[in-house]
Amino acid sequence: MCGIVGLFLKNQSLQGDLGRLTSLMLRELCDRGPDSAGFAVYGAETTGATKICMVNRNGAVDWSAVARQLGAATGADVSVETVEDHAIFRTSGAGDTARKWLIDNVPAAYVLSQGQSIEIFKGVGDPAAIVTRLDLEHRSGTHAIGHTRMATESAVTISGSHPFSTGDDTCLVHNGSLSNHNRLREQLVRQGERFQTENDSEVAAAYLASRMRAGDTLEGALENGLKDLDGFYTFVVGTRDGFAVIRDPVACKPAVIAETDDWVAMASEYRAIAPLPGAEHAKIWEPAPATVYAWSRVA
Amino acid sequence: MASPSASPAITRNSVLDLAQMKLREVNQLLHDTDSGDFLIRNPRGAHSLACGLDGDMSITIDGHVGYYCAGMNKRASVTVNGNAGTGLAENMMSGRVHVKGDASQSAGATGCGGLLIIDGNASARCGIALRGLDIVVKGSVGHMSAFMAQAGNLVVLGDTGDALGDSLYEARLFVRGNVKSLGADCVQKEMRDEHKIALRKLLDAAGANADVAEFKRYGSARNLYHFHVDNAGQY
Repeated sequence: MCGIVGLFLKNQSLQGDLGRLTSLMLRELCDRGPDSAGFAVYGAETTGATKICMVNRNGAVDWSAVARQLGAATGADVSVETVEDHAIFRTSGAGDTARKWLIDNVPAAYVLSQGQSIEIFKGVGDPAAIVTRLDLEHRSGTHAIGHTRMATESAVTISGSHPFSTGDDTCLVHNGSLSNHNRLREQLVRQGERFQTENDSEVAAAYLASRMRAGDTLEGALENGLKDLDGFYTFVVGTRDGFAVIRDPVACKPAVIAETDDWVAMASEYRAIAPLPGAEHAKIWEPAPATVYAWSRVA
Repeated sequence: MASPSASPAITRNSVLDLAQMKLREVNQLLHDTDSGDFLIRNPRGAHSLACGLDGDMSITIDGHVGYYCAGMNKRASVTVNGNAGTGLAENMMSGRVHVKGDASQSAGATGCGGLLIIDGNASARCGIALRGLDIVVKGSVGHMSAFMAQAGNLVVLGDTGDALGDSLYEARLFVRGNVKSLGADCVQKEMRDEHKIALRKLLDAAGANADVAEFKRYGSARNLYHFHVDNAGQY
């Protein structure tokens, strides 16, 4: 099953409420995905630095030591802030270099995201408890994406929690399952993509990031995905400027989009949109199969 | 017939507010009676609302409903002033279900009888495995609509998605707009007087102002009913 949500604010005065509104949406979908949850918040942009989010996978990590070692290894200024079992590094160096170093040298943790704006948090267990523990309510920003997971393709561990991110300020949440992810993963590894899990959805995230690195627009990458990704999916993809929604051509996995003058919201079900201000008067529709819906701050 | 005194909380013309009552309480109250008019407020996308009704009752729901609204409906009339999620009026037996907005996938699935009216669009698999229910969609329907539909009618005033009527049995499909593609064994058929009369009745029952002359009829070519020996080599 799984529940997915996305909220993109058009009205800047709501930015302080982004986390609170997103948490209302996620809490509605606990029963669609009771085993784990995660969310990406596109918040305050760093200037001259890249943010990298990590989470423990087993045991405690000395995040301060990791920050020092990363700084020494990459010749960059690195600071760190911890949030529960997560750490947010800020590095003056290149994000890609730091991500690779962290994946190679900190096996006790996963790298969740890198970028100027994005921060990803995730956990295992009751989604409502995760949302509370990681304080989604008080996070502000321009847009957010979230996921509640009912595991199908892989184990209930933090490695299977969404969102997945392999590229700068890009992430993906997925409701469905892919059938050609192993072959596609091999191809992407040969092209230099770094994977941290066996999860099919990470392959979709890496595929889109790889297409965009090669010059595709977000819309173009998603349209190429219709040819290259085999399986069932409703995706919400976040980028630095906005987000997009796409469903596979068979469109078994649910999705509803709602739009007002103040926001655009996507959810697996309308009940996750109902708590948003003005939802009862929103323009509401079900996204058509194999069709890209995208919103951007710059468009 | 249940007497009103058997369920004192209920009277005719009751307003049932889901902001104040639990979903299960509302459904139970509706099950405990078999007549009257009810207005349900604040559905906020709740699932399985007004399911399994069996009585000459009239339910109006103000707002958007979630999955399986009015499923298995018998005799009752259910009106939704909003949109409906997956599986609207699934397996309905009789009565009338009217959604003023759009319906998500599998609306009217396996429906056996009665009338389902959708003023907006219905998405994929509308009327899948239909078994006698009549569906009138004033907007368009999505792909795989009327898949394996056995009996009943699907009337679409707008367009259809891909693979309309795939593996169709004896249900009748009437479409005014464009058919994106026909499914396996579904073909356009002649619109004879008996079909025009039947379609007129359905349009009138649904309050749809449309000219029957603008519709085309689709049905089963019946080529999949029997095994063709020429296909033996396929196995």
